Amino acid sequence: MAAGWRVARLAGVHDETATARTLVLDVPGWPGHLAGQHVDLQLTAEDGYQAQRSYSLSAPARGDRIELTVQRVPDGEVSPYLTEVLTIGDPIEVRGPVGGWFVWRPADPAPVLLIAGGAGIVPLMAMVRTRRAEGSRTPFRLLYSLRTPADLYYAEELRRPPAGDAGADVTLLHTRSGPPGSSRIPARLNAEDVERHGWPPEFEPACYVCGPTGFVEAAADILTKLGHDPRRVRTERFGAGGG
Amino acid sequence: MGIVSPGFHGRPRGREVELPPGQYLVEDFPVLSAGPTPRVPLDRWEFSVTTESGTTHRWSWPELMALPSERMTVDLHCVTRWSKLRTRWQGVSLDTLLAGVETAADFVLADSYGGYTTNLPLQDLRNGQAWIAYGYDGKDLSAEHGGPARLLVPHLYLWKSAKWVRGLRLLTRDEPGFWESAGYHDYGDPWREQRYQGD
Repeated sequence: MAAGWRVARLAGVHDETATARTLVLDVPGWPGHLAGQHVDLQLTAEDGYQAQRSYSLSAPARGDRIELTVQRVPDGEVSPYLTEVLTIGDPIEVRGPVGGWFVWRPADPAPVLLIAGGAGIVPLMAMVRTRRAEGSRTPFRLLYSLRTPADLYYAEELRRPPAGDAGADVTLLHTRSGPPGSSRIPARLNAEDVERHGWPPEFEPACYVCGPTGFVEAAADILTKLGHDPRRVRTERFGAGGG
Repeated sequence: MGIVSPGFHGRPRGREVELPPGQYLVEDFPVLSAGPTPRVPLDRWEFSVTTESGTTHRWSWPELMALPSERMTVDLHCVTRWSKLRTRWQGVSLDTLLAGVETAADFVLADSYGGYTTNLPLQDLRNGQAWIAYGYDGKDLSAEHGGPARLLVPHLYLWKSAKWVRGLRLLTRDEPGFWESAGYHDYGDPWREQRYQGD
């Protein structure tokens, strides 16, 4: 599935937050990918030293053009380069797509429950955008836990969803401070949030949970305790110690 | 060597630890799994080995605890590119568990509480290369890292070290497991960088 390294070029950037940047890459011969898959990136220093990391794709491919979003990790080895140094036109090696489990296929008729913690929104946004691009009417619900309104990725799309997103409900759940006038007291995702804004287990939704390890552990436990079949809960954890 | 990335320097070199290609060092212990963490009560826990002829050998938790255990210090290499060195474990060698098992099988499909599976050659579980591990860093192995007990096969990528292991099926033909069916390598040697099918 994952052929060798391809040389991509940075075609555009979009800053999502103060610490996260979307990279638009042109990858000649890109074979296409499923929503939820990731790519491996490889950087090579002048002395031949190499570093590789995996990043989730944030949108369906448009021909040879792919998008991924990188969260800058303080003291990281790779993410500061990708978010601050890499310039439009620069080459970068890409391998993929990778991952065949944490994926949503538009042909799957089950309702979808997406639960994102922070940067875990990235592969889930690829699912929302794929739904829109394919004209799918599969019912989606997205619960997105984030610290403050300033930490919202894809803010324009998630605050004012395009017409194609009818039937894809977005709930923002702030952990530190919410927008003015919001009634929910800022808190970590809890069972009541999932019960109120998710799908009941009887609907047998396909559940996708992505975020930092502790968040994913907590959210997946909430889902199974609410009665969701563990086999319908797919998780993807952003390992600490990366960068 | 790949194409040079303008302005990329990487971490300061010097503290040379030999890692498999494409890996980087971590000090913490990241978690990777595909679904919710199963919680397995010890009084219902069981580990089994089923041979190609259908004979099943079973161990309850007290029976596993009664077997001679080993303490080992090993390096871990995850296909998501982190490596963690000199981790300390306690568990029962597969040599001990397989000693009374008669088989002509060449392959193993390990399966876990929660439904995970992974395939390995049987010879990679013998000769002091693999354990059923229940202790980590001097403590009981936590559920998020695969407790109460996991397979530990440190010379292969860590997805082969099935968390929450429940049993081994000995097979005469190789059968892909969970990640292997999703495009990951059947063997998974980190030093040969066998990440994906075809590597």
